[in-house]
Amino acid sequence: MGISSYLQFLISGVTMGSIYGLTALGFTIIFNTTGIINFAQGEFVMLGGILSVFFLKWFDIGLFPSILLAVLATTIIGGVIERFAIRPVKGASVINLIIVTIGVSIFVRGLTMIFLGKDTFSLPHFSGNLPLTFAGVAVMPQSIWILAITLVLLAILRLFFTRTIYGKGMLACSYNRKASSLVGIGVDRMVLFSFLISSLVGAIGGVILTPVTLTSYDVGIMLGLKGFSACIIGGLGNPFGAAAGGVLLGILESLCAGVISSAYKDAFAFFVLLVLLFVKPSGLFGQAKIERV
Amino acid sequence: MYGFKRDMLAVLGFTFFLLIIPRILGNDYYINTLTLSLTHAIIAVGLNLLMGYAGQVSLGHAAFYGLAAYTSAILTTTYSVPLPLGMMSGILVSGVVALLIGIPTLKLKGHYLAMATLGFGVIVYIFFNETIELTGGPSGFGGISRLQVMGYRFASDISYYYLVAFVLAGVVLLSLNLIHSRIGRALRAIHTSETASQISGIDIAKYKVFVFVLSALFAGVAGVLYVHNIAFVAPGSFGFNFSIELVTMVVLGGMANVWGAVIGACFLSILPEFLRVFENIEIVLYGAILIVFTIFLPEGIAGGITKLFLMMKPKRSDAAGKE
Repeated sequence: MGISSYLQFLISGVTMGSIYGLTALGFTIIFNTTGIINFAQGEFVMLGGILSVFFLKWFDIGLFPSILLAVLATTIIGGVIERFAIRPVKGASVINLIIVTIGVSIFVRGLTMIFLGKDTFSLPHFSGNLPLTFAGVAVMPQSIWILAITLVLLAILRLFFTRTIYGKGMLACSYNRKASSLVGIGVDRMVLFSFLISSLVGAIGGVILTPVTLTSYDVGIMLGLKGFSACIIGGLGNPFGAAAGGVLLGILESLCAGVISSAYKDAFAFFVLLVLLFVKPSGLFGQAKIERV
Repeated sequence: MYGFKRDMLAVLGFTFFLLIIPRILGNDYYINTLTLSLTHAIIAVGLNLLMGYAGQVSLGHAAFYGLAAYTSAILTTTYSVPLPLGMMSGILVSGVVALLIGIPTLKLKGHYLAMATLGFGVIVYIFFNETIELTGGPSGFGGISRLQVMGYRFASDISYYYLVAFVLAGVVLLSLNLIHSRIGRALRAIHTSETASQISGIDIAKYKVFVFVLSALFAGVAGVLYVHNIAFVAPGSFGFNFSIELVTMVVLGGMANVWGAVIGACFLSILPEFLRVFENIEIVLYGAILIVFTIFLPEGIAGGITKLFLMMKPKRSDAAGKE
């Protein structure tokens, strides 16, 4: 294999990795304000993509309005989930929190299957599907879209967390919820915001990914799991580490698929997850202390 | 009447009940469904020891069920190993894999543990699908011989049902005994506070791995019973969804309640039979059960019944007091 095929793996890896990074970012935002790992994070990604497909089909309003509508709808669903499933179990034990978010995830997945069917759907590429060629390497315009949107989103989130009062409030919650509440931060509202933002980020990830990989009701499981692997690689709790972890995972996976075998591509991602959890659970870029016995 | 004697009586009553049911139902199809429910109950009882008592979640238990089933099926069918040996190896493989995975995994807590077990389950599932020469790939393989012990062949469905019923009764008795023993107390202490139990001299890592391996062995027993009954094996039965279904059984029946796990398993295994008309609705229902039970009834069905009894008692004395 020449250098150009490795470059090709790199590009497809970065494309998929951006989506893992966005999913991981969603995990991190919720984890930081609530201490919950939201097992339904992958479902937000699935909803963003599949709802765009159906809004486009039903309302016939063009690609971008459908996408906006789908992202909005997913964000609202994220808020509803927080209000009706997560808030009632506030303060429950970790095992119960895990079970609730798993319940939410299969509930959402099941409803999608019942209402939208089990088929695989595709979304048009944002700007044509003629590959651009750079130095013998083909790049789909959608890959550029994915990379650009991911970077813009990261920049916006960075500004949000460092410059706005809500962003700072959410960060405060992640340090100490009780103290935040004592200085007048509405912790419940911050938790709601964290669900809204992470479902928004997840939905955008789903929307930009769907033209490349197609979508169906069950893509959320794998995306969620890989997003979590990306979180662990980056160090749980560190949003930009999570995004970087996603890109790294994407590249590793694409190299594994290209060099070793594409059949074990998914297994490889989890193998990386397990090894990291056993060897360095604080992640490659994180100092977050993880409780171990 | 507490402790062993009471448990023994309860298990005897339960076995008697299990033996009577087929006389009432009579239909072979129902008996097969019941056999499958009881097989699931064997896994659920084990998973409940891990989740309910030790407080450690596993989202990959279907893998242990599958490993035992596949090992026994491959050994006895492809390599013509004698049945008892194949079955023992199947259960053993589940146990050994659980030990190897459990030692590093159970050092993790909460969400990390959940994700690690989930990742393990997915890897095993992909392995079942991709090693086609060995496992037959996604379509699986059939022609697996039915269970035979010392010349007696469990040919009829009812004989197999009795066998599974006795195994389940044994598993329940063992579990009840275990949780009333030193080990059971240690496990509950770990659930309440790991720090406190460690200070009291409990080797928490050892106990966690022990209960993890035990629950995997139970899953393994269920796996070989399943595969030599159905005589067919395919990866679809051992995926992520089944792991979730197992967790749902434990939550529904009631965590930290052996009988709850049995109730949950039977309920969830029989329920789809009534939902055939509504296609695909089970999965939504599992989700709803997980959410609603965790919010409103974290002790599950069994815990709810106990609570109901307790609530009725003080009410009566309240009424008496007012008069």
